[in-house]
Amino acid sequence: MTTELFIQYLVAGITYGSIYAIVAIGFNIIYNTTGIINFAQGEFVMLGGMLSITFLQYLPLPPAIFLAVLVTMGIGALIEMLFIRWLQNPGILRMIIITIGVSILIREAALHVWGSDVRSLPYFFGNEISSIAISGARVSPQVLWVVGTCGLMVVALNIFFQATSIGREMRACAANRIAAVLCGIDTRNMVTLSFVLSAGIGALAGAVMSPITYTQYDIGTGLAIKGFTVAILGGLGNSLGAVAGGLLLGVIEAFSVSVVPLAFQDAIAIAILLVILFVRPHGLFGSSAMAGLKEF
Amino acid sequence: MKKMLSKSLCAFAAACLLSAPSVWAENIKLGALLAVTGPASFLGGPEARTLEMLVEQVNAKGGINGKKIDLLVKDTAGNPEKAISLAKQLLEEDNVLTVLGPSSSGETMAVKKIFEDAKTPLISCAAAEVIVNPLASWIFKTPQNDSLAAIKIFMEMNKLGIEKIAVLVDNSGFGKAGKEQLQKIAPDYKIEIVEAEVYDAKATDLSAVVAKIKANAAVQGIINWSIVPAQSIVVKNIRQSGWQVPIFQSHGFGNIKYVEAAGVAAEGVIFPAGRLLMAGLLPDGHPQKALLVQYVKDYEGKYKETASTFGGHAYDAFIIFEKAVAAGGADKAKVREAIEGLKNLPGTGGIFNFSTTDHNGLALDAFEMMTVKDGKFVPYTGK
Repeated sequence: MTTELFIQYLVAGITYGSIYAIVAIGFNIIYNTTGIINFAQGEFVMLGGMLSITFLQYLPLPPAIFLAVLVTMGIGALIEMLFIRWLQNPGILRMIIITIGVSILIREAALHVWGSDVRSLPYFFGNEISSIAISGARVSPQVLWVVGTCGLMVVALNIFFQATSIGREMRACAANRIAAVLCGIDTRNMVTLSFVLSAGIGALAGAVMSPITYTQYDIGTGLAIKGFTVAILGGLGNSLGAVAGGLLLGVIEAFSVSVVPLAFQDAIAIAILLVILFVRPHGLFGSSAMAGLKEF
Repeated sequence: MKKMLSKSLCAFAAACLLSAPSVWAENIKLGALLAVTGPASFLGGPEARTLEMLVEQVNAKGGINGKKIDLLVKDTAGNPEKAISLAKQLLEEDNVLTVLGPSSSGETMAVKKIFEDAKTPLISCAAAEVIVNPLASWIFKTPQNDSLAAIKIFMEMNKLGIEKIAVLVDNSGFGKAGKEQLQKIAPDYKIEIVEAEVYDAKATDLSAVVAKIKANAAVQGIINWSIVPAQSIVVKNIRQSGWQVPIFQSHGFGNIKYVEAAGVAAEGVIFPAGRLLMAGLLPDGHPQKALLVQYVKDYEGKYKETASTFGGHAYDAFIIFEKAVAAGGADKAKVREAIEGLKNLPGTGGIFNFSTTDHNGLALDAFEMMTVKDGKFVPYTGK
């Protein structure tokens, strides 16, 4: 394998990995406050892409994306208030099934609003064929946007959860709900906030990746499966773990192409996931002691 | 008084029941099995809308031989199991004269035997060659055979002196059938397939596989055979990698949305397509010109969306049905016989010449080579 080819595979892997990681981070935020997996996370990504494309008809690109993120955050809040908030003592399983239902609902609504056509945002810089040369390999500038957005998100989220009082309250909520209530934290609002936050992150990801991946009403399902895989791989709830897991899976997928036909790419990814789950059920970067305290 | 009322009500109900069948018998019942929703809705949607428009037009003119058409569209959602149960419903409960569709090859193969057993004509809107080869006496199809598209591409490659190629197909039925045809026909044109890859219809980025193919220095040309949006990602990733290799696509590229999705990367892509995409550019005397221009105008005027070749397949299925009923009358066996007798019938897909051995009726001249210039489909004129 030449250096050029090696770097080309590596870059492809980083592209896939960053996309998976951003989706996985959305899973983690809601998991961190509620202990549930929100299977509508992929739909937030789809909504971010679709809404930005729609708003782009009336606005320049940056405000269009900003507005799309805001609207998706609103939808996230609405979903939580309509379907989750009023539940008395919600069981984990029940909430997960509700999110699956919500994901189907959003998908079908999107089909009616936008139809089944593929759409995409224009490239932020350059166009479909422009690329940057990195020691012989060629990279689309949009890939840098995706990687950059992913990196910024992780840093910002870590600061938010570690250094701000709201972030700490959200973490307290996940650690022990009753204790959090006793400390005067409104746990319901924290759950709503976690939906808003992960909807916003999903939407931003959907907008940034749209020029590369395209946006279609049913793109969410596939992304959610890959994102979920990565979230488990990195250890549920761990944002840095999600990035590491995402990059690992992406790079493995990219390099697997050089030895086996492309058709086996997903099989290899899933096989690795299974092996990791058998050896380290709490993920590569999770701790088994922490995982033991969680319900799910 | 009460008794009388109930008696007259009974009589009225009886009269309704008796008269209803006679009203229905006047009309011709035409069934349609189409994937109006679901993953294949890009096929079934335009097909269903085309049929509704055509039936409306024909009924407004007084129907076929004075008989109005009742169109019954059943949505299969692209699911073969659903297609089977809906096919039985159309045949047993609605007792339709003929069924148009299904939209996809998988569904058509699933319902094929049901129509053979029920001795009812089925005019499929799906492309796979196996639908009509081996021949089934009650099954017809309107889209051009895959092998014709493959031959067209290979002839063009011969002209360009391309001998070693890479083949990329999607993992849908269309992609798999295309791969088989390409591998079967390539040796006839002295073309060697040195790389063959299958990609997922839901792929988000394919730069890794493009890097792999690009690393094979022998590759002189690429055939990207697909009907899903991911085919635009392949084109984009090839050009992004700075590789100026000639790209050939299948007739599944004939949707302007795919060109928009690939943007400037689509420039110069060469592909075979029916003449619907170049309706306005055809010479005036061309037998297909008038009907193509009319169809595109009617469809785009009514539904405010671009007419696609897929809707055209339903158009062809309908006019074949219409001509056959006009010639043979509203009888299943006679419709079947009349279809086999149709000659020189211009449709959107080409000029149909059916026979007892050819249930597709299209020849190599049904395809034109096209390319993309400034984001639009234009006829390909060679290098």
